[in-house]
Amino acid sequence: MGTDMGMGTITDIITDMFQYDFMDNAFAAAGIVAVVSGVVGYFLVMRGQTFAGHALSHIGFAGATGAGLIGLAPLWGLIGFTLAAGIVMGLLSERISNRDIAIGVVLALALGFGLLFLHYYTSFATQATAILFGNVLAVDRGMIATLAMLAIVTLVALAAIMRPLIFASLQPELAEAKGVPLRFISTAFLAIVALAVSECAQIVGVLLVFTLMVGPPAAAQRVTTGLWSGLFVAAALALAEAWLGITLAYHTDWPVSFCIALLSALGYFAALAVPARRAAAAVIHRH
Amino acid sequence: MNVVELDHASITLGARRVLADASFAIRDGEFIGVLGPNGAGKTTLMRAILGLLPPSGGVLRVFGNVPRRGDPGIGYLPQARTVLPDLRMRGLDFIASSLDGERWGMPRLARADRAMIDDTLALVGARDLADRALSDMSGGERQRLLLAQSLMGRPKLLLLDEPLISLDARHQEVAIDVVRKVCRERGITVLFSAHELNQLIGTLDRVLYLGNGRAVLGTVDEVITAPVLSKLYDADIEVVRAGGHIFVLSRGRDVEQVEHSHDHGHGHGHGHDHGHHH
Repeated sequence: MGTDMGMGTITDIITDMFQYDFMDNAFAAAGIVAVVSGVVGYFLVMRGQTFAGHALSHIGFAGATGAGLIGLAPLWGLIGFTLAAGIVMGLLSERISNRDIAIGVVLALALGFGLLFLHYYTSFATQATAILFGNVLAVDRGMIATLAMLAIVTLVALAAIMRPLIFASLQPELAEAKGVPLRFISTAFLAIVALAVSECAQIVGVLLVFTLMVGPPAAAQRVTTGLWSGLFVAAALALAEAWLGITLAYHTDWPVSFCIALLSALGYFAALAVPARRAAAAVIHRH
Repeated sequence: MNVVELDHASITLGARRVLADASFAIRDGEFIGVLGPNGAGKTTLMRAILGLLPPSGGVLRVFGNVPRRGDPGIGYLPQARTVLPDLRMRGLDFIASSLDGERWGMPRLARADRAMIDDTLALVGARDLADRALSDMSGGERQRLLLAQSLMGRPKLLLLDEPLISLDARHQEVAIDVVRKVCRERGITVLFSAHELNQLIGTLDRVLYLGNGRAVLGTVDEVITAPVLSKLYDADIEVVRAGGHIFVLSRGRDVEQVEHSHDHGHGHGHGHDHGHHH
């Protein structure tokens, strides 16, 4: 190979990677999920509810292992539990769903239950790592179709409530005065987050949903202050990190979720450095 | 025409009667200073006018009708302003979120809306805030942004709930001047609640003083008197006038100062200027 990294080499690497079906599948699944995660995560970060998202994923762990107990696919257990938990958190109003301590206690309990379910269904234990840390290389075509359908449902639901969601997130008092049903919006949003978390967990696992749902949107909000540009950057960044993560994993043999987590963190910290430089530039510009 | 009218109206918040059998009428184009101790019901009255809280008795009319939630004729600047101080969103998108924000679907910024936002920002001298992130704005700038937002859609009635809180003395005066100028120009009726009377004396037409379940509406000379305020505070109140300022004292202490320190205890008023004007 030598020092020459020309176009030919890069093309070779890519053709080499895509000769395997499981790589095609991984890219498709990660792509679908990354876009949903980036977009839904943007609102999660805007609302300051990232911890609630984290809690939902932990509750999902209990759902996934519980589903194994009764012979269902983990995804449906994840969706069932996170959706129920999201709706309950929303109905208990924002005041409670933003309480870190209450959420912390519930998520710890959920992880405990997940462990209990594993304990009673020992043959399922091999899948525990996949649920916790994801296993995107094991995704099959059926799963891709399911993820695509879930993605459409998630994004359509989000688009339907987007306008009042933004209003209620930024200015709840005014939104209430203008007739926005705050509780319905926050409940519907957490249900959407629950779906996104369930999808995201299929790729990076319940413990690492932050890598796609919080890292990219948080970085996006550092580099751009516009609404649509922020959404676009969040989705694009999540997509880039997911795909690059898989590519990196393919060539290094490191776990995919680690690579995505690494890129997510790098992306966020790189973005942190951006505004300072910009502000300085603005000052210079003014003089 | 009366913009806001209470006819033997009672307003109850939970088990607490905020207003009992109150009757007064606010006329078109008036600038009303809404004063009174904490918990006297300034915010509650505004929420009732917004149609968020029906009166428990009597009649409350806004523009001659029963108040309805989401009335586009009312501009509102709420007191509990949960503007996330580290929100990395530009002023334009922040304001745009309130335009038809109650409608379903995805937001889009029509050219006419964009022009209206620009015009309104210019009106309060805040055009440069459109492209700046909220997290980079000072408290005074954020307040101006919110003021611009409350003027969006050309309301005929403006409810400003403690708009001076969290502003330093200079920005307080600027805010009052802007509100006065815009509202006189456009003939907007204003309910402006505040802790301090003196800053508003040159601006307000009449005072609505709330306290002890009662409401008294009148000129400063009619309302800011020992007998009236003693009833509203349920305490012996002295009114001292000196150098064009009016001090309302309870047992020798300025009630506004007492209110201020009280406010701090509740975590309001970040960066509040304590020693001003006295």
